[in-house]
Amino acid sequence: MKDAPAANKKGKSRPDSQESSLKGTFVSVLIIGVFMLVSWFSIFLLFLERN
Amino acid sequence: MHIHRYEKLWLIIGSFILFIFLGIVAIQTFFLDMGPPSHAEIIDPQTVRESEIFADAELTEVGDNEYEIAIIAEMFAFQPGDLEIPAGATVHFTLASPDVTHGFKITDTNVNVMVVPGHISKISHTFDEPGEYLILCNEYCGLGHEFMASTIIVK
Amino acid sequence: MAHINEAPIRHKGIAVNEAAAAGITTRDIRLSAANLSIAFIALVVGGVAGLLQGLVRSGFLELPSWISYYALLTAHGVMFVLVLTSFFSIGYLYAGTSRVLGGLAPKTLAFGWTGFALMTVGTVMAAFFILTGNANVLYTFYTPMQAHPWFYIGLALIVVGILLNCVGMFITYQSWRKRNPGKLTPLFAFFANAVFVLWVFASLFIAVFVVGMVIPWAFGWVETIDPMMGRTLFWAFGHTLVNIWMLTAISAWYVSMPKLIGGKVFSDSLARVAVVILVVANVPGGFHHQILDPGLSVNLKFLHVIQTFMIIFPSLMTAFAMIATMERAGRAKGVTSLLGWWKTLPWSDARFFALIVAMLAFIPAGLGGIINASNQINQVVHNSIWVTGHLHLTVGTTVMLTFFGISYWLIPYLSGRKMTRTINRLAIAQTIIWAGGMLLMSGAMHINGLLGSPRRTANTTYNGSSAASDWAMYEMLMAMGGVILVIAIVLLVYIWAQLAFIAPKGEGDFPIGEDYSPSDASPLFMDRWSIWVGLATISIAIAYVIPLINFASGDMPGSPPFLMP
Repeated sequence: MKDAPAANKKGKSRPDSQESSLKGTFVSVLIIGVFMLVSWFSIFLLFLERN
Repeated sequence: MHIHRYEKLWLIIGSFILFIFLGIVAIQTFFLDMGPPSHAEIIDPQTVRESEIFADAELTEVGDNEYEIAIIAEMFAFQPGDLEIPAGATVHFTLASPDVTHGFKITDTNVNVMVVPGHISKISHTFDEPGEYLILCNEYCGLGHEFMASTIIVK
Repeated sequence: MAHINEAPIRHKGIAVNEAAAAGITTRDIRLSAANLSIAFIALVVGGVAGLLQGLVRSGFLELPSWISYYALLTAHGVMFVLVLTSFFSIGYLYAGTSRVLGGLAPKTLAFGWTGFALMTVGTVMAAFFILTGNANVLYTFYTPMQAHPWFYIGLALIVVGILLNCVGMFITYQSWRKRNPGKLTPLFAFFANAVFVLWVFASLFIAVFVVGMVIPWAFGWVETIDPMMGRTLFWAFGHTLVNIWMLTAISAWYVSMPKLIGGKVFSDSLARVAVVILVVANVPGGFHHQILDPGLSVNLKFLHVIQTFMIIFPSLMTAFAMIATMERAGRAKGVTSLLGWWKTLPWSDARFFALIVAMLAFIPAGLGGIINASNQINQVVHNSIWVTGHLHLTVGTTVMLTFFGISYWLIPYLSGRKMTRTINRLAIAQTIIWAGGMLLMSGAMHINGLLGSPRRTANTTYNGSSAASDWAMYEMLMAMGGVILVIAIVLLVYIWAQLAFIAPKGEGDFPIGEDYSPSDASPLFMDRWSIWVGLATISIAIAYVIPLINFASGDMPGSPPFLMP
């Protein structure tokens, strides 16, 4: 089984640069999130208009 | 399992967005009676044409600018076909098929329902805008499928 | 925990062909190559059908009397969505499994070849009846429309053949686990096993429908059939099938893409979590194809909608994991800007390029899917050509381009040849042409669908109706897209022929990524498939037992056949 305590220690001691180095990913997926909202609400408004 | 801080955040945000979508449709469905057409009533497809509901059905007024019509969806026409109603009318459609599965779709509206042999479908719509609406069958029903359509004229 | 680093464990008594590429024997190569060959043929047949459809629907072509638009449409659906995807997936997953598990077990080969034979015979039978106009029932073959009875026998053979391939996979997978106690299965094998587990569930539903209901009815041994039961069983299969494709495609994203970009697998454990969620929560989304059906309660439909939304969660995970893999690879190369690492990716490597275009296509594909599944919102799009646009983005672009990208390493791996610079450039062009054609066609379809144009319908203006006149321009764009796609298919056929038979000999590898960090490895219990199969069975039961029992015991009147033609 995975060595849980060692993993935790590793997680805590990971340098900050490692954590922040996924900022680009975060920004990219947030853009996807925006598309999710815009596309869904566009069709939702069409649904309301046609009701 | 180590989940990166940003992934946790993204999954929370993403899930939250999905919850918003689900919440909106849930409220509409369970509190505003805007759920999808889900009528539950059995009818023998082989008796549809002679049944009381569907035989010689006509547009019938049941209330103030409120109408009812029973339509047979068959290969390859809707019976009755073309309809004429006044603007602002609410129409309750009752549908059944004596043969294969059809679709009942009215363009520029949300009227969109499956007509499956063995079951009666019901759907309603208020026609606020005057004009010409196309009713078409949107479920493949055979080699004449692309001819299956009629018109609603809203005056 | 080490996966690919150990020497492959050969099964006793099988001589290894030293001339074969590392990690896969000639016997395994032959089985995969056979599957890919049928996939290849299906692509051509299905593609020709698609081109003709596009030309007919835009008014550029009138078909001769002996073949109907709907026969072509049936061929297009069956060839692409059933035959091509299945044969390619099996060829790919078997080859990759052989690579990471050190070869397929002898029994696996027996099951694999028998399965292949049944599937091929079934395909030929089905194709024959479709193209001779005896099965104008479309890929969904909804009853009580009825095709020639032997068409259904053909379908049944395909399904049974697939089931045999599933068994083949399980044999090799479990045999490896027995010989490697205390070791985590390689991630690729985990994905492959998941695909075949899902395929068992899907196949059981369609087998009950086809073998238990349709065939007796088609041969006249039983007079009537219940169409709602049929639709419900079909979509339990049909919905699962799309996630089978997705799981197959994302196996390449998770496992091979990191290697292609000089990076590492983002997180083995999270990848397995995504896979497991897909397996457990998948089948019970089937009703999102039946949101507008009568006879199913609003509550049951909403339950399936919730379960469908649960499946979106692994895709959110996948989006993050894929981009994070790419960012980490870029940062390791020294990039410090926020998004500059996008530029350090190997865009000129066709294997990667096809994959990343597929991933980008997954965004609008997925967005459309969320909309389609949103309960009553479905009324805006159901059975319109928007849905056709959606499926051309999902299976037609995301999955297909991934498969094409895979083929750029898989075919050389199997044929012992190499991808030359010229072929690589052609493959890049193919990706662009395919994606461009799909974007044009699918985009026009999405718009036309919102304007009310129905799917699966031959060319019509509904007697010159004003609604239909709006559709004409987009139908032309759809036809243009179709023509572009056929050009892309011709190019692909050329590339595949080169890679399979003509390109210079060389040693290519099947790219398998390594873990970013040892602590990312999954706990061993993830490999215990009895857990996931058990949970999936429970979740399927929750979603399907009530409606199926309702239909079975509700004294349904049943429908007699309506022959197509």
